[in-house]
Amino acid sequence: MKRSAFRGSAALAAVGVTAALALSACGGGDENGGGDGAFDQASNAIVNASDKKGGTLNLLRTGDFDSTDPGNMYYATAWNFSRLYARPLLTFKSVAGQGNLDIVPDLATGLGQASPDQKTWTYKLRTGVKFADGTPVTAKDVKYAVARSNYSPEVMEKGPVYFRQYLENPNGYKGPYKDPNLDNFKGVTTPDDQTVVFHLAKPFAEFDYLATIPQTAPVPKAADTGDKGGVNYAKSVVSTGPYKIDKYEPGKSISLSKNPNWDTSDPNRKQLVDKIEVQLGVAADEVDNRQMDGSAHIDVQGNGVNAAARSKILSDPELKKNADNPKSGFLWYTAISRQVAPFDNVECRKAVQYAVDKTAYQAAYGGTTGGDIASTVMPPSLKAYQKFNLYETPGDKGDVAKAKEHLKACGKPDGFSTSISYRTERPKEKAAAESVKASLEKVGIKVDIKNYPEDGYTGGVVGDPKFVKKNNLGLMVYGWAADFPSGFGFLQQITDPGALKGTGSSNISHIDLPEIAKMFQDVPAIKDEAGRNKVYQEIDKKVMEDASIIPMLYAKNLYYRNPKVSNVFINYGYSGMYDYANLGLK
Amino acid sequence: MTAPIEVSGSETEAQPDAVLAGVDRKAIQGRSLGQIAWLRLKRDKVAIGGGIVVMLLILMAVVGPFLVGDPNQPHNDLIDPMLSRPKTGIMHSGISSHHWLGVDLPAGRDMLSRIVNGAKYSLIISFLATILAVVLGVFFGVVAGYFGGWVDTLIARTMDIFLAFPLLLFAIALVGVFPDSAFGLSGNGLRVAFLIFVIGFFSWPYIGRIIRGQTLSLREREFVDAARSMGARAPYILFRELLPNLWAPILVYATLMIPTNIIFEASLSFLGVGIKAPTPSWGGMLNEAKEVYEVAPHFMFFPGMAIFITVLAFNLFGDGLRDALDPRSSR
Repeated sequence: MKRSAFRGSAALAAVGVTAALALSACGGGDENGGGDGAFDQASNAIVNASDKKGGTLNLLRTGDFDSTDPGNMYYATAWNFSRLYARPLLTFKSVAGQGNLDIVPDLATGLGQASPDQKTWTYKLRTGVKFADGTPVTAKDVKYAVARSNYSPEVMEKGPVYFRQYLENPNGYKGPYKDPNLDNFKGVTTPDDQTVVFHLAKPFAEFDYLATIPQTAPVPKAADTGDKGGVNYAKSVVSTGPYKIDKYEPGKSISLSKNPNWDTSDPNRKQLVDKIEVQLGVAADEVDNRQMDGSAHIDVQGNGVNAAARSKILSDPELKKNADNPKSGFLWYTAISRQVAPFDNVECRKAVQYAVDKTAYQAAYGGTTGGDIASTVMPPSLKAYQKFNLYETPGDKGDVAKAKEHLKACGKPDGFSTSISYRTERPKEKAAAESVKASLEKVGIKVDIKNYPEDGYTGGVVGDPKFVKKNNLGLMVYGWAADFPSGFGFLQQITDPGALKGTGSSNISHIDLPEIAKMFQDVPAIKDEAGRNKVYQEIDKKVMEDASIIPMLYAKNLYYRNPKVSNVFINYGYSGMYDYANLGLK
Repeated sequence: MTAPIEVSGSETEAQPDAVLAGVDRKAIQGRSLGQIAWLRLKRDKVAIGGGIVVMLLILMAVVGPFLVGDPNQPHNDLIDPMLSRPKTGIMHSGISSHHWLGVDLPAGRDMLSRIVNGAKYSLIISFLATILAVVLGVFFGVVAGYFGGWVDTLIARTMDIFLAFPLLLFAIALVGVFPDSAFGLSGNGLRVAFLIFVIGFFSWPYIGRIIRGQTLSLREREFVDAARSMGARAPYILFRELLPNLWAPILVYATLMIPTNIIFEASLSFLGVGIKAPTPSWGGMLNEAKEVYEVAPHFMFFPGMAIFITVLAFNLFGDGLRDALDPRSSR
């Protein structure tokens, strides 16, 4: 889970907010001279809904996917893209707006059947699903996919290892590359060709979220051997989706064409265009410009446009109507270390909560289209989100008087000195750190800004309690998104005292409250979602009362959609980026 | 034998113990070499222009910070929260009667104040680094040139090694492992010391080579032989006989080294290993501007111009100085 911050997933705005947005968005579009789209329309609706077939879809991005191998990927954009050629057991619903946070069956016929103790999860596979070469998909292919992706860290090093973490493994199974006999892998059993049973070591009521990870997409053992197997499977993935990879040149391009053996009853994907060409390694500004001049269709980097394009789009109504500004599921925040004096005193933490100017922080992340001002740890894109604000300040610009009150209560009426850290490679975080410094100096808190390389920031800097103490890092600029859009997925890594082990923990505030630990221990066994969400809200409030996280922004991205593309909508299951598995051309 | 052309203003020091008493230049020329050089320099309008700009820059760096406002004071209200660029001013630069050069992004800090304060650090670092380089370069250059033999070989090869060093990469790596506080310094003080050390320590061979070459030819001259024959010891010859004759090249190359060091400091700041945020530096401002130069061109333009003007002024002045002090070079 340590790389959770790499990908994000989001859910959707609360119903009221969403409806309001939808209304204003549609209104705005009409005023802008009609046309086909409206600003932010795809966040809540399908833009250019159409079943027209044919054409070549041109996708592009600045980097490369971390891998095309469904078993070896972590970024949300890769998980999203993989659905073009890989069908996991479950997936996020392909509908516009709120609904796509719902988990629906994909390769399976229904959601997981849990045993009463939440420790055994059973999935039945659809019949008639075939690989691209025509061979039928069996339960063993799913078991093999889970085994290779989670138990062979020496080969599959990029993806998360939730299954290894949750499944029982009584005989220390070492992965299929070292131990080809799958019978030794007891965590998953296959009573027949259509049934997959997962055996958990501890109860986990949210196991269905794990079944949406592309690692449950079937992999034929025969195709994962020799020169074509292992890491090289990325170049010869055997498709179960509507498209198959014809050619993958890492860093350069990916070519996909229709998969003739795709199960057309698949409710989650469309097979509209004939070919999909992905150009990799395109310069960032070129990515933006080519979408706007029409020579490429959709950016599959999934981070949104750059500053230059952002300004161009937002100031030109003709471009703006083809842009979307969905929430990404990230929370940009500044953590307060509970270990670093004087922040071991809750009053000093509260003083900072009141002192910060969140609008300045917002400016650092690109202004109002970069994120909405936050007041809770959980972003509104989670079903468990509940709005509250314990530290309200006028216009979110900070409240010097209240901050000073708490400074007095903390015994530091004249302020104190501390440090704030940010990641060197991230100019936005630098600007954010500078904004915090400027806010805090108004109440007499002196702040020294320190920067560290992004690589190892969580591992050896803010995640290392000794380092934090030694360098007096009272404040740390950070960001977080969940691997799966539940309260547990979001909160556990950054607030659970149980996640504090040695170094490398994302609980960088060093929250060690026993009552929060207890709640995290009990919540996985609660069967109903509403009951669990209540606990998550409780945890959120406890953390805010403890004042050890300053939520700054619910992150948003600005995307541009080429108006020629059809069936465009935001999928909140994958960090609030466009759903790549349903695109077509008008 | 003509008069030693390397001799500059400090004539009396250059002729201790009346070693060169027989050489009567005043009778021939009626002016000291320093005066001649000054006359030559005065005639060079371009060099004088550069010199005036250099003076103004130094004045700006010394006095300026007291005249302009706090360079770190944000003016968030001047920034459009949606378009994230200054609301007003030519080309959305935020230029106004309060902010003559506009404001930066995203915090809306006054550009003039940041440039003036940036000049302070830029000049302090490049001056002190140059002094360090000159001291090291002259010392080792003179020693190598005068003693020759294995001393020369050792020092010359060391200089070759330094010159072959991938300096920028080394500096980046070094700042990465540099502690937060060391040698009784911390924060920006330490960073400034570090930058001076890195820049100075790695540029001394440039001047060291030139001084070594000059010393090689000087040590064969009669006045050195004379001093030696009168029993002068090496330190005396080095510092009382040779060094005074080296002032001209030292002055010229030091002047020409300053702009190089300004650029070097800006490069390091641009790469994020310079002065710590939010303290302004020209290279750091360019780094911040590179993300948004299309939205706010003024953000890149003004610090870029500051570096350009400073480097150009120092170069013009340095070239003029060389021409004035060394008539052999073509003009």
